[in-house]
Amino acid sequence: METTPPEQQEGGIKEFRRRPDLFRGLCWVASVAAVAILAWIIVEITHQAWPAIKEFGFSFVATSRWLPNRETFGVLPFIVGTAVSSLIALLFALPLGLAVAIFLSEDFLPPAVRQVVRFTVEMLAAIPSVVYGLWGIYVVIPLMLKFGPWAVQTFHNTWTTPGMNGAPEVQKGIPILETLFAPPSYGNSMLTASLVLALMILPTITAISRAALVAVPGTLREGAYALGSTRWEAIFGVILPAAAPGVVAATILALGRAMGETMAIAMLIGNSSHLTSSLLAPAGTLASLLANQFGEAEGLQVSSLMFAALLLVILTLFVNIAGEVVLRYTQRQTAGIR
Amino acid sequence: MTFTMEQPQTTSESEKSGPTQQTSPRADFLKVTNFNFYYGKKQALFDVNIEIPARQVTAFIGPSGCGKSTLLRNFNRMNELINGVRHEGDILLNGRSIYDKKIEVIALRRSIGMVFQKSNPFPKSIYENIVYSLRISGVRNKATLDETVERSLRGAALWEEAKDRLHESALGLSGGQMQRLCIARAIANQPEILLMDEPCSALDPIATAKVEDLIHELKRQFTIIIVTHNMQQATRCSDQTAFFYLGKLIEFDATQQIFSNPGEKQTEDYITGRFG
Amino acid sequence: MSTSTIEPPDFLDRAITSGSGARAFWSRFLTCVCISLAFLTLIPLLSIIFLLLKNGLPNLSLSALTELPPAAGMVGGGFGNAIVGTLLMVAIGLVLATPFGILSAIYINEYAPASRLSNTVRFVAKLLTGIPSIICGVFAYAVIVLPKTGWLAWIPSGFSAWAGGFALAILILPTILLTAEQALMSVPHAYREASYGLGATNFQTIWRVVLPDGLPAIMTGIMLAVARAAGETAPLIFTALFSQYWIQSFNEPTASLSVLIYNFSTTFDDHQKAMAWTASLVLVILVTVANISAQVIFRKKQ
Repeated sequence: METTPPEQQEGGIKEFRRRPDLFRGLCWVASVAAVAILAWIIVEITHQAWPAIKEFGFSFVATSRWLPNRETFGVLPFIVGTAVSSLIALLFALPLGLAVAIFLSEDFLPPAVRQVVRFTVEMLAAIPSVVYGLWGIYVVIPLMLKFGPWAVQTFHNTWTTPGMNGAPEVQKGIPILETLFAPPSYGNSMLTASLVLALMILPTITAISRAALVAVPGTLREGAYALGSTRWEAIFGVILPAAAPGVVAATILALGRAMGETMAIAMLIGNSSHLTSSLLAPAGTLASLLANQFGEAEGLQVSSLMFAALLLVILTLFVNIAGEVVLRYTQRQTAGIR
Repeated sequence: MTFTMEQPQTTSESEKSGPTQQTSPRADFLKVTNFNFYYGKKQALFDVNIEIPARQVTAFIGPSGCGKSTLLRNFNRMNELINGVRHEGDILLNGRSIYDKKIEVIALRRSIGMVFQKSNPFPKSIYENIVYSLRISGVRNKATLDETVERSLRGAALWEEAKDRLHESALGLSGGQMQRLCIARAIANQPEILLMDEPCSALDPIATAKVEDLIHELKRQFTIIIVTHNMQQATRCSDQTAFFYLGKLIEFDATQQIFSNPGEKQTEDYITGRFG
Repeated sequence: MSTSTIEPPDFLDRAITSGSGARAFWSRFLTCVCISLAFLTLIPLLSIIFLLLKNGLPNLSLSALTELPPAAGMVGGGFGNAIVGTLLMVAIGLVLATPFGILSAIYINEYAPASRLSNTVRFVAKLLTGIPSIICGVFAYAVIVLPKTGWLAWIPSGFSAWAGGFALAILILPTILLTAEQALMSVPHAYREASYGLGATNFQTIWRVVLPDGLPAIMTGIMLAVARAAGETAPLIFTALFSQYWIQSFNEPTASLSVLIYNFSTTFDDHQKAMAWTASLVLVILVTVANISAQVIFRKKQ
């Protein structure tokens, strides 16, 4: 039991705090464990992936044949699938998420209405991935089964129309779009999975962007209005630029989420290891590959899946570190404005 | 009651102010008539009548919450950004109502510059801060923009300090420089009136002195209305002073007169520091 | 007052003719677009909720909550074992993760807020929240499911509730850690000073003053973690796997709601598909209740 009040000494509480005690030791161990877990995850997965790393080396990421029954494993289609699905999801989620964030931070409509929208977006974040998958099967796939043939017809197919002197004139599809919407079209496809994925990362983009927008000091907005800006001139000219680092961070962190999202994609993307350029065809991502094959894998396939998991960890860690760095920079920036 | 200023003898000054300002100043340039203002149910201004002359400095003084800033923010209709406000009465600018249906509020604000209590440069370069109001109205001519930047910075006595760092972030300036940048930004669009809402309250004495000198220069070209807590400041830089108390205009007269021989008891109590 | 003053050209006329009408129109147009987009996001959510109720409610009954899953071609049945499995594995995850999370939160906020270890812990915890949930499953698969050799051979291998719970523990550790840190941070500093001033030791101050005051907010974090863990499928799919039966031991494959939904959603059996919706409804209710109770606990503190 301490007998002299520590405040009487020079240094006071600080001096006192530094004395070691058992509880402090326990807390220290827990902290070290929290850090060690990340290292353990990486080491353990690398260890398990080692046979595949030795066997395939770099060709694992550069080849596109995934044939478990022939013990041939190349993960390129899944890396491409992860990148493409995440980017398409961002393409849809970023404008929409940003619009919602602006809506929530501006006073277009009364606070009660904004609260409803905010609650909705938070609900979207809380719905389990597997439920999104189920919803996708029942709602998005039927829509895609209608959209797919239409897109093929419109963007890809060649068709003939009567030419000037009665001879049939052949019309080609629209460049780029004809490769993205090439037949045959399926319900379970890259596009289906990406659309649902966009919905799933929307709350991340909205929440972080909204925080960045709200953090822009009101004095800047006043300044812009006092110079005769319309509301949107103020938003685009002053408020969004001031919040830009936060929006960038939101985008990067959402990208990280999109790359790691598993169940909804595994249920909707069709899980094919074929590399195609058509968005209407089945594809696969690293995460959906793991979800589909781990349960029944044996031998070298387990190592190869571990290798794929290692790649996924490295990719998402890299993206998340980038996001964190930008977010920290943002916080310093906005502190400077105030 | 209505306060009207005698036509001041400022002809010599207005002649100096260049070819664009060939008009002679009028005494009821900005005229407020029977003006009431409400934030929701709370009334902030009570039957204010005042006539503010052109090309002079008019100071609004009074204790916190007396309505002086509220009135100032009505001149460029900034108060309309707050939900649930309403007004009665009228404000006439050069004989014309600022609430005229034909007047777009964004256009009105371009004709009336405003400087805020806390300097609020945009997180952009010095150059982009100044040309902001030109850019939003579609000016793209580089020469015009460059010329505006130099004219405005010279007008705000910031040119010498800033000319070599025009494209650096405005956030790197000192507090006083930032406030002068905000003044430069406000005059870039050549407004008729400059509203200043306690522009020096966040500045040190040296920076304050610079801004006050600047106000003396600027009144040749602009009608200036300044809200201040600092009575020395009001005596130093204004031509006439309006004293507000509890949302009412108590007294409006030449600054000299207000501070040496106030007509109202409340004014005297305030300027002698009995409350505030 | 002289009326003979020459009227200056009315500068407000300049203002009116400056083309600001088009700008104002454009601004109003963008406002409408923005509002429309915001309401567009309501549509998917309403669609999800509508389908959950429409397809899930008809089969929601006491037997659905208490019976074993129906085999293909059968009618009736439920997912009682999956509910038990989900709750059990979430509980295992909590028991494993909560002590670590709270103790390290205490370390990084109370003992050494600015130390290098504390900053590392904060950064690593942020990164762990960004690790895909399926990686937690892969990790648990490697650590527990795969057979061990040598001195680790005592660890029971194979698909089990342990493995699933362990995966969920990794998943929720950063959530608990970071919310607990926030909770402790919001305890007023004056409380600590008062306690030290009365001669309390470090441990006494933390245990009797800081933790009790921060507890509601810590509970909020735990409830958020429960919500997150209960909804996750990916970490369980090849750690706990699935089971048609009631759980007998922690060392055997265990059913969970989310894996049941996954399995049933891809079958061709209509009744199983309907059951997937009912299970989804129950899962969403479970997750929402956890989320709302987290909010309620947090609000009470304020």
